[in-house]
Amino acid sequence: MRTRPLTRAASRKPNGTVTMAKNGAAARIRRAKPALTFGKLWEYEPAPETVDPGIKPAYDLFIGGKFVPAKAGGRFDSISPADESKISSLALARSADVDAAYAAASSAYTRVWSRMPGRDRGKYLFRIARLLQDRARALAVAESIDGGKPIRESRDFDLPMAAAHFFYHAGWADKLHYVTPGRAPAPLGVVGQVIPWNFPLLMLAWKIAPALACGNTVVLKPAETTSVTAMLFAEILQEAELPPGVVNLVTGAGETGAAVVGHPTAAKIAFTGSTEVGKMILRQLAGTGKKLTLELGGKAANIVFDDAPIDAAVEGVINGIFFNQGHVCCAGSRLLVQESIAAEFVARLKRRIAVLRVGHPLDKNTDIGAINSKAQLAKIHALVKAGQNEGAAMFQSSCRLPERGYYFRPTLFTKVTPSHRIAREEIFGPVLSILTFRTFEEAVEKANNTAYGLSAGVWTDKGSRILKMASALKAGVVWANTFNKFDPASPFGGYKESGFGREGGRQGLLDYLR
Amino acid sequence: MSLRAAALSKRSSFRTVAPLRRLIDEVGSVDAVGVEERVAKYTTRSIKKRSKVWGLRTAVSMVDLTTLEGKDTNEKVFSLCQKAMRPHDDPDIPSVGAVCVYPRLVRAAKRALAGSSVRVASVATAFPSGQTSLKTRLAEVRSAVGEGADEVDMVISRGLFLAGEIHAVQDEIAAVVAACGPVARLKVILEVGELETYDAIRAASFLALRVLRPGDFIKTSTGKTSNNATLANTQVMIEAIRDFYLETGVPIGMKPAGGIRTAKHALQFLIGVKETLGDAWLNNQRYRFGASALLNDLLRQLVKERTGAYQAPYVFSEAVESY
Repeated sequence: MRTRPLTRAASRKPNGTVTMAKNGAAARIRRAKPALTFGKLWEYEPAPETVDPGIKPAYDLFIGGKFVPAKAGGRFDSISPADESKISSLALARSADVDAAYAAASSAYTRVWSRMPGRDRGKYLFRIARLLQDRARALAVAESIDGGKPIRESRDFDLPMAAAHFFYHAGWADKLHYVTPGRAPAPLGVVGQVIPWNFPLLMLAWKIAPALACGNTVVLKPAETTSVTAMLFAEILQEAELPPGVVNLVTGAGETGAAVVGHPTAAKIAFTGSTEVGKMILRQLAGTGKKLTLELGGKAANIVFDDAPIDAAVEGVINGIFFNQGHVCCAGSRLLVQESIAAEFVARLKRRIAVLRVGHPLDKNTDIGAINSKAQLAKIHALVKAGQNEGAAMFQSSCRLPERGYYFRPTLFTKVTPSHRIAREEIFGPVLSILTFRTFEEAVEKANNTAYGLSAGVWTDKGSRILKMASALKAGVVWANTFNKFDPASPFGGYKESGFGREGGRQGLLDYLR
Repeated sequence: MSLRAAALSKRSSFRTVAPLRRLIDEVGSVDAVGVEERVAKYTTRSIKKRSKVWGLRTAVSMVDLTTLEGKDTNEKVFSLCQKAMRPHDDPDIPSVGAVCVYPRLVRAAKRALAGSSVRVASVATAFPSGQTSLKTRLAEVRSAVGEGADEVDMVISRGLFLAGEIHAVQDEIAAVVAACGPVARLKVILEVGELETYDAIRAASFLALRVLRPGDFIKTSTGKTSNNATLANTQVMIEAIRDFYLETGVPIGMKPAGGIRTAKHALQFLIGVKETLGDAWLNNQRYRFGASALLNDLLRQLVKERTGAYQAPYVFSEAVESY
């Protein structure tokens, strides 16, 4: 039987004194505490994506299959958050324009779309999906220019996912009677949809694909800061020869949105955005009999137990909060880490963010792009300030930021308590609040101690704990040993103030059928 | 059997947790999906212009130019050594890190490389299977070092490892360390393709790391099986090196080997080094590629960066493509 200890490291003292055999004689060498250097030895040169996105200098509203100017003639600019330059000019839709959009949608609904056999609707959706794939690179570039997200994400996530949603729902269009066994499903009518600026094209796909598959027609308002890809999508609809009026796009800010939401023709409203606006819509629609689905904010907990594969968990936490600059409603913005591994885990997070690259969205090596707008950047600054004032400890990576544009360093907060604003309010930026827990019960308690309930993550090697956690957490999605995984077949939606209704899967279709 | 050993043996019969499992618990497990997602990000990095040239040149200096075939001759090794010292006419292109041969050819390589910075590495310990007695394997190591090998590439006993005799595996590595003497560096080949899981790769890495000296290496594979170095199994090993270094201050090198044939792939490995171990590992004292076909692709890319055109393969002198 062998008695050799498994480790020779035991003879190496943790204070950095190392005993080594040198030429047969033991030499004692003092060392500084070992650290890794992530310096300038091998800087990556800029690697800009150069495909021309084909953005026109000005866009009108897309109503009845044609681009038409706004009746009152108002316009507003879309700004690139990467360098604050003007990208394009957009028409400002007022209520008369929204009326026209609803009239076109209503006519298309009764005359064409609701009567069309499902397999024919499916053909259009397949066509749109393929055109999205054909144009994927140009659309990805446009998405990055307009919204500030890194090209790596728009290219590898937003575009493939948007196309996947159209493919998935195209397949459902002629099989809807399987969604509601025993009864014939019917479309609702004209659907009014308002989408946010964090995933412009993907959110558009999440809204439009199921609506069309179920036989509804659409009036959709993209976010005012990110309308350009919606307009490029309108060009795709023209090319796909989608019957005029089936999809109508009206651009503008809050007032336009209110007109879309409040329009009497709408049979259903689908909204993705902030909880504040969601509540306003809920009040506005009370008593009108319109169907409503809301997908609102989140303050997801990422819960790391001491037996989790630690590097995978670090990677997942990083991906959970810094994906799309943290502009993700389901971002894992609260890290709950078990007390016994907290110090080690935070040290690893700090090492990991040292190699995150903040930079121009079109650089293929950028990990974190530009904050979507000046207003959002100001909001992040304000909340980070509040975190510092309330006594949380801040750590930021020391990476270089571009001189122009809206950027924010990846930021960690330790010593956060559940009553801090940064642990309660949705920051919607690259800011992670770190809390600790000791027991399973405490983890559940802290994770659920929020007004939101959109998503959560659990990191542990123990399968039974994952299942127990998943049923204890009040969140629409619980990811286990991974984060931010999406699939058109998987329903997505919230609990509590994160909204109601589901998008994707069979459940998502039910929200567009009667 | 001594009393103490007998007591241990008795206790061990009550042990419910296998030694490998206990070691994994101690050093931490690896999530396969997580590590593969991490390395997938390396492949989306885009290395251009000056950073590409730097990366390619550094990769050239890290190549362990290898020939490990039964048909190897002194002449073949001699021509390999010429290529190793002067991979290309361009004087800005460095020589490679080492030439790696079988023990019988060490002396020829040493003679051919005399006066150059290129080191001679010899596989030993009944490469690639390791299936002879420890005594024979140690004798082979001593012989290779005696012939002048600067570096020794050993294989671990995968059979013992998988059978749970992990202490014995570590003892053997320690014995080879001793047999290398004070000068020769050791590279420990885990043969990751035969270890089945990332957990086992991490555990085996730690077995080796804990008995190695600063400047020694751990290495993925022999190149003689179908599963060789991948970004993912290399990531598992460099994370082990990182964790061990941060715990003890002992820096161990890394050598992925087998299956790295293109410059683009090699740069992805280096991106992993840069983002996991940092700047201190971006040199041939701490990182090597076990490869041969790779070298000509690196040269081809370097010439392309200089001239803007890809040259025909016959423009470059023959590389030995045994891997």
